[in-house]
Parts: sequence; structure tokens; C-alpha cells
Amino acid sequence: MRTDLAVIGAGPAGLAAALAASARGVRVTLLDAATQPGGQFYRQPGAGLGAARPEALHHGWRTWERLRDGLAASAVRVLTDHHVWCVERTPDGFTVHALLGPEQEEPVEVHARAVLLATGGYEQVLPFPGWTLPGVVSAGGAQAMLKGGLVVPGRRAVVAGTGPLLLPVATGLAAAGVEVAALVESTAPLRLARQAPALAGKLAEGVGHAAGLLRHRVPVLTRHTVVRAHGEDRLTGVTVAALDADGHVRPGTERHLPCDTLAAGHGMLPHTDLAESLGCRLDGLAVDVDTEQRTDVPGVWAAGEATGIGGAALSLAEGHIAGCSATAHLHGTARGPAPAALKARTALRRSAAALDSAYALPAYWSEQLTDDTVVCRCEEVTAGSVREALDLGAGDERTVKLLTRAGMGWCQGRMCSTAVAGLAGCAPTPAKRPFARPVPLGVLARHHPQEGLS
Amino acid sequence: MNPLELAGARPGPAFTVTFDGRPVDALPGQTVAAVLWAAGVTSWRDTRRGGRPRGVFCGIGVCFDCLVILNGRPNQRACLVPARPGDEIGTQEGTGHGRTRTPDGTGDGSTEEARHAD
Repeated sequence: MRTDLAVIGAGPAGLAAALAASARGVRVTLLDAATQPGGQFYRQPGAGLGAARPEALHHGWRTWERLRDGLAASAVRVLTDHHVWCVERTPDGFTVHALLGPEQEEPVEVHARAVLLATGGYEQVLPFPGWTLPGVVSAGGAQAMLKGGLVVPGRRAVVAGTGPLLLPVATGLAAAGVEVAALVESTAPLRLARQAPALAGKLAEGVGHAAGLLRHRVPVLTRHTVVRAHGEDRLTGVTVAALDADGHVRPGTERHLPCDTLAAGHGMLPHTDLAESLGCRLDGLAVDVDTEQRTDVPGVWAAGEATGIGGAALSLAEGHIAGCSATAHLHGTARGPAPAALKARTALRRSAAALDSAYALPAYWSEQLTDDTVVCRCEEVTAGSVREALDLGAGDERTVKLLTRAGMGWCQGRMCSTAVAGLAGCAPTPAKRPFARPVPLGVLARHHPQEGLS
Repeated sequence: MNPLELAGARPGPAFTVTFDGRPVDALPGQTVAAVLWAAGVTSWRDTRRGGRPRGVFCGIGVCFDCLVILNGRPNQRACLVPARPGDEIGTQEGTGHGRTRTPDGTGDGSTEEARHAD
């Protein structure tokens, strides 16, 4: 299959990019792993569920309707159930390698003159004793299961960690009939107040969430943290405690909250695997882009959470700008981006930076890790094993991995990287995963049939 | 209020799948993980080393905690795979390349690989 522009990811950034480029006459193919467009933010209930009011689970529904209707009216070719595992540079452009879902065994190739990466992000969860118990889920995971499957994991939940995502997760679970015993946020309200000028644009959203918490009578514990999840084979409750001004747990403040669900989250991380295998330069953990959302690899653009966590509205603006820039490249010239998008990007990046600094990770989170706490969920590597490796002289994630297998399992370190780096006392580093998802050996064998047969 | 009422859901006809041999109701449009959550099941894997129970964690296909045996094939991500009528869902023990569980817990079922190996 051939196309001019392959957009990878059908969340807010990818949709905005595809619509901008298509409206300017570019032949666009939009690929996404899910069964329907929307990404994580606009994740839709399964079609068979016949949801008449999906908007009850969402924020910014009118924007979604505009995107959805725009896509339906456009010439964009939408390939859902396409799990992209690699983008390869070729003499005349790029080859996008995908596996057809849900089995993910059948390969598909899309050949494109240009590529736009809108791969989004995933949630970061710091470990704590008991976090591997069934009933403990990531906050975004609880939300994804609710939005997509119209299900909840229990009757009484605690929502805990840090970051703006916790608010809609708490109100969403409460609206769906779950008793939310507490919203536990490690950040102090004062830290948010200090960022008020940059967050003015987010005020309405914040007020909306606050009203939701009040309506559902969700108790909010700020400057608190979960120190342990309890249970044998299933979560039965959590111990929460207050944090002092430095971020240490205040002794004597521990209290037990019975619950069967804990939705935990500590911010988001960008999906950068496809960009990395293309050789795109990263800025920290995010794809580095210029003012037109171009990466440093000619013919490759990136937009949305992959270029830095900033939320759906910022992703829409960046996607639009990227789609316009890619069009100009492909056609030689094109109508520029809407001035509103450029203005929005500037303001929203400022508020994203403010949120990022307000919702810093709790400074001494690793003090709660007992030696038997699992850090790497896949390989079941404990904090004690990681500490032994550090005692042996390991000073970074990679050496800890070589000594303990932490980060070597199914998820390839996506769940434990921040924690291992934190224990090692260094900043997380990009992981360099040549394949963005597991690929059957048979697919690779078919991919290069000339090799090994001669 | 429950999530189906909240979203005004009018699902197509329910169908039956099995979990470790026991029948479970499923709705069209739900993933295997959603079907199991709706049935009150939150764990369907025992880890390879510690034999500890796991279920959904990230919910979006990134963490691989929710691996399950589906119709004899191990290592399927329950949060991604849609449920289909007649699906046989089984708790994945360890790598999943061995015996599967039955309703009485005796474990005399087998995975697809094990059957092929016979």
C-alpha cells in the first residue's frame, strides 16, 4: 500500500494532523492499534456495547465530535487494528511495518513519502509495597477500561499518586457507581497555587473537576501518599500517610483505608520507540522537534505526547501545525497553520510546564520500598536485588538490568525504568527499543527472505 | 449507577465464554479483560517465578501483566483482545506453555502447544 503521509496514532495529535494534511490535498493514511480512532483521551466504548451517551465518560466531547465528523467527511484512509512495530527509511521514503490485530501475527506494510509520529504516551507508576496485587491498577488503566469496556474493577476505590490525570479518574469512577474512598495527591495545593498565572487557561477544567469531586463527596488528601497496599491474593486496603514539607512520610500519620481497588499514577511518559529506531534526536525522554514539529530526520514529523506530555488540547494544536508543515514539504507550498493553533501551542506549553513542575514526583518515594517490594513487574526483580546490584557498583539503569534482569521482560522496562533509575540515583534514559512491540519470528523471517537461504 | 447505565449502553445480545472451564456472560464490544472484570474476576495469571496472581495493570497493552491463555494460545493481552462467542479463557500459569486449569482446579486441560506436542 502506498500513501503520501503516514500518520501513526489516531489520538488528538494524529487526528488533527491527518485532517490538516488531508484538507490541504495530501493523500493521508492514518494507522492506529485500537479498533476505533480516538487514542487514549477519546477512547470509545466498544461498538457492540451500543453506548448512547459515551460523552458521560469524557471531557471535551464537542471537540471529539468535530474530529470524528471531520474524519468521516475526509479522504483520510483509516487503518485501525494496525500495530506498528517499526518505521524503516527506504530510498524513496519510508516503510511502516505493522501487525494486524487482534492476533498481531499477520504483517502489513505501508509505503509513505513522509511520516508523522503521533504515538502518544503511557502512564508512569512508581512502585510501593503491594503494588503488584490484583486490584491495583494504573489510574489511566482504570479509565481506559471504563471508557472502552464500560467496566470497573471493584466497589470501593482509592485514587492515588500525583498529576492532573487523577482528578478525572476519581470523578469518572465515582460517576460510574464506585465509592471513591479518597483521592490521595502527594503535591501540596500551594505548589499549584504558585503556578496559577501559567495555569489560568486550565482554571475552568480544574473547577469542573473540583465540582465533580464535591458532588460525589470524594475526600481529597493532598500532600499524602500511599505507603502500602494490603492483601494476600487481592487488594483489601491501603495505608496512606501525610508527607512533610521535604517529602518524607510523617511518622504517626499512617491510616488504613479499606478498598478493593487502587488506581495509582505518577504522570505520563512519551512513546518514542518508533522515533528512536528512525534515528530521531530526543530531548530528554521526548522526541525533539522544531517550531514546525519537524524531527531532525528529514521527512519525519512528531506531535502530541510523544514530543512531551502536555495534554489533549496541546496535542491538537501540535498535530495541526505538523500536518500543515508536512503538507508544505510534500507539495512544495501549502496554506500555513491556523494562527489560533500557534497561539494555543505557546500558551498550552507554558501551562504544561507549570503542571509538570507543580506535580513533581514525591522526593523520597523510594524510602517506602521494602527490600521485598517488586520493582520490575515482568521479571519480578525486587528493590532488594536492585540495591544489591547498586552495592556491587552498578550506577545506571543498564548495569542494573544486566545484573538483575530489571527491565528485560515483556514490557521492556516501560513500567520500571523510572523506578530503577531513581533507585540508582540517575535520570531515566531513553531505552532504545528497535521493535516497538513483540513481533513473531516468522514475520521477521518473511521480511528478509533473501538472507540465510543462499 | 453502573458504567453501562452511565453511558446509556444498549448492548447487543450477551453471549457465553468460559473462564477456566466455567461459563461467564460476555457483552459484544468488550475485551477479554472487561468480560472478566464484569464477572468479578481480577486475576488470571500466576507469575513465572513467585507464582503470584496478576491481572490488568496498565489497561492499554503496554505492561503485559494481563497475559492470558485464549483458546489454547498463551501470552494474549486480555486488555486488547475482544471477547468472542465460545472463547475459552484460561488462567496463565508461568509461561503458559503447560497445563491449563479446569473448573475443579485439577488442571488436566492443555494449551495448544501441549496438544500439538502430543
